[in-house]
Amino acid sequence: MSMNNQLESEYSGSLKTELTLGLPGGEQAPKSAVKRGFSDTVDLNLYTNSEDEVSVATQPPPAKGQVVGWPPVRSYRKNSMMTIINCKYVKVAVDGAPYLRKLDLQIYTSYQELLVAFQNMFTCLTICNVANESKIVDISNGTEYLPAYEDKDGDWMLVGDVPWNMFVESCKRLRLIKSCEKLKLVVKSCASQETSSSTIC
Amino acid sequence: MCLFQCIMNYFPEEVLEHVFDFLTSLRDRNAVSLVCKSWYNVERCSRKKVFIGNCYAVNPELVIARFPRFQSLTLKGKPHFADFNLVPHDWGGYVQPWIEALAKNGISLEELRLKRMVVSDESLELLSKSFPNFKSLTLVSCEGFSTDGLAAIASNCRYLRELDLQENEVDDHKGHWLSCFPDSCTSLVSLNFACLKGEVNAAALERLIARCRNLKSLRLNHAVPLETLQKILVQAPQLNDLGIGSFVSDPYTESYFKLKAVLQKCKSVKSLSGFLDVNPRCLPSIYPICTNLTSLNLSYAPGIQSNDLIKLIIRCKKLERLWILDTIGDKGLEVVAATCKELQELRVFPSDLHGVGNAAVTEEGLVAISAGCPKLNSILYFCQQMTNAALITVAKNCPNFIRFRLCTLNPVIPDAVTNQPLDDGFGAIVQSCKGLKRLSVSGLLTDQVFLYIGMYAEQLEMLSIGFAGDSDKGMLYVLNGCKKLKKLEIRDSPFGNMALLSDVGKYETMRSLWMSSCEVTYGACKTLAEKMPRLNVEIINENEEMEGRPKDKHRVEKMYLYRTLVGARKDAPPFVWTL
Repeated sequence: MSMNNQLESEYSGSLKTELTLGLPGGEQAPKSAVKRGFSDTVDLNLYTNSEDEVSVATQPPPAKGQVVGWPPVRSYRKNSMMTIINCKYVKVAVDGAPYLRKLDLQIYTSYQELLVAFQNMFTCLTICNVANESKIVDISNGTEYLPAYEDKDGDWMLVGDVPWNMFVESCKRLRLIKSCEKLKLVVKSCASQETSSSTIC
Repeated sequence: MCLFQCIMNYFPEEVLEHVFDFLTSLRDRNAVSLVCKSWYNVERCSRKKVFIGNCYAVNPELVIARFPRFQSLTLKGKPHFADFNLVPHDWGGYVQPWIEALAKNGISLEELRLKRMVVSDESLELLSKSFPNFKSLTLVSCEGFSTDGLAAIASNCRYLRELDLQENEVDDHKGHWLSCFPDSCTSLVSLNFACLKGEVNAAALERLIARCRNLKSLRLNHAVPLETLQKILVQAPQLNDLGIGSFVSDPYTESYFKLKAVLQKCKSVKSLSGFLDVNPRCLPSIYPICTNLTSLNLSYAPGIQSNDLIKLIIRCKKLERLWILDTIGDKGLEVVAATCKELQELRVFPSDLHGVGNAAVTEEGLVAISAGCPKLNSILYFCQQMTNAALITVAKNCPNFIRFRLCTLNPVIPDAVTNQPLDDGFGAIVQSCKGLKRLSVSGLLTDQVFLYIGMYAEQLEMLSIGFAGDSDKGMLYVLNGCKKLKKLEIRDSPFGNMALLSDVGKYETMRSLWMSSCEVTYGACKTLAEKMPRLNVEIINENEEMEGRPKDKHRVEKMYLYRTLVGARKDAPPFVWTL
């Protein structure tokens, strides 16, 4: 029963993975009567019984959800869905600018590329590297712009927290917020928690 | 010779043949063939439709020898798990030798239906030139051809009635294949090219539709613009099956108004699909069609969110078949349950294939459907979670399932409430649904579920298993219990040699067995092959570094065995070993 729980929590992406290395020579060792199931497929070995012959871990465990052929959906359908969803145009608003622009998120592969896209699209903005972080700044007056996005739940989030692919999946629109505005938001939420904070403006 | 036989032999063969003409089911015709020699002969000479579930179970010459006058051929090639990338490219399933043999032997082929086969342009061209009466081509999940092959079909098949391309991987040369239908072609009844990626000549398409007055089924691809769709629908108000590829328009333009007007007149459309590209604000123009719909497939339309889906479905009171994405959500399924009282088949596909976890249906949606749709007999359901209690309720509500396929997105997820395996839930399904023919199980499952399946699933013909079971006992329960089992496919489960070899004769009663990432060893497969010469036991070896054959004790990664009359196939690639 606890094994099953363990299986489930492993799949949920908990960090408690245990890899065991194979015997030298790469010979495929016969299995003892150990449940070979989903756990082995993703190369997690939950059994620490040293008497059991261990499986050969030839690769690092794949990320969650990357079992070959699961969920069992026809490749044609998978490819079609990816093509359909592959065009991901979102509106981009910049505080103070009267017109919005549109960006296809699918053509970028990282946050850095996205920042470059902002720089190219809104010529008044430049990327400045401050203390190892890339920030978008209007050089003419030193105003920093913070990229935020509206996610599927309708919440406005700061760009950059989640892995890129997850961001693309959930981003519905983008907004470059002048960071003075960010100060207002922070003060509001901090006031309700009765703490103060300082923010760049 | 008994009296009955005397009487039956008194009838001339033409009479027998005429009687047999009323037997449309292949099973009935097969049964009739077994009665006596003269019936066997009359039947085989009069059989028009031949169905071959595994193209490697026989060869074309044998088929032609037995059925010299057939006109319709259905062939299936690759094993089912090829759909999920478990079978390497180039495994096999070529239609070319079949077409060559049929052409050479003067078969008057009129209909060809292929599933999971490799079809080349050369094959299509040969097909188009060899059979003057050829009328109907259906390709499902096939590959290996391009639009050039389609051009040959269009050009040469003078009496073509049906060209039905379903979910094929087609190399689109963006050529003029559709323009190859000659002006004299007026016979089309069904045209489905939804799976093609490239453009077709809009004017040619409009003219083709206009002159094919018998056209009943038309499924367009996403490259056909809205203006063309509107013109087509004006020409073909008699359509009863429509697939709209692209439905993107500005609802404030004149072309949209025209489309809306013409859609109101499409009273005969009973089946609707497509919407690969869609502006949801244009969907209200579809509402007039909804009232008459019996079949709706929106499973390729991720652009339609739950709210808009609900607004559509609430108008589809006559729906018998519904294919959608899980974006509909449990709430949406409750609307389906409340609205679609005639529903027989439901498929809910996953919209999120990257495992980010935005799946939107759970056991609640399934329970709602089972409670609201008494005629439900076929389901494919991809869900985030499931419970035994829900499955037990579903089993009670719907004892008429013929097909029940449940796929939890996490293949080993336990009961969401009790954390127990889902054995009892599936057990309830097989116990209640006495007519169940096809079952796919998923979630956390022990040997117990197979005990239930072996005990209760008496009519089961196809079973798909993944990541399930604890020991050989599981597989044994199934092999011993399911007397009508035809296809068994297993992946990533701890079934091994003992189960595989316990009843080798069983496999001759089945079409095929697939086992991948299980515990069977090379030695056991060899033993099985030795004992059963009328089985092909194929090992698919993808390990390029291996030199020579594996040792007997090595586990086999992928094994596919099937009964056959013609021994090892000669077209197997180097990585497939027939033992």
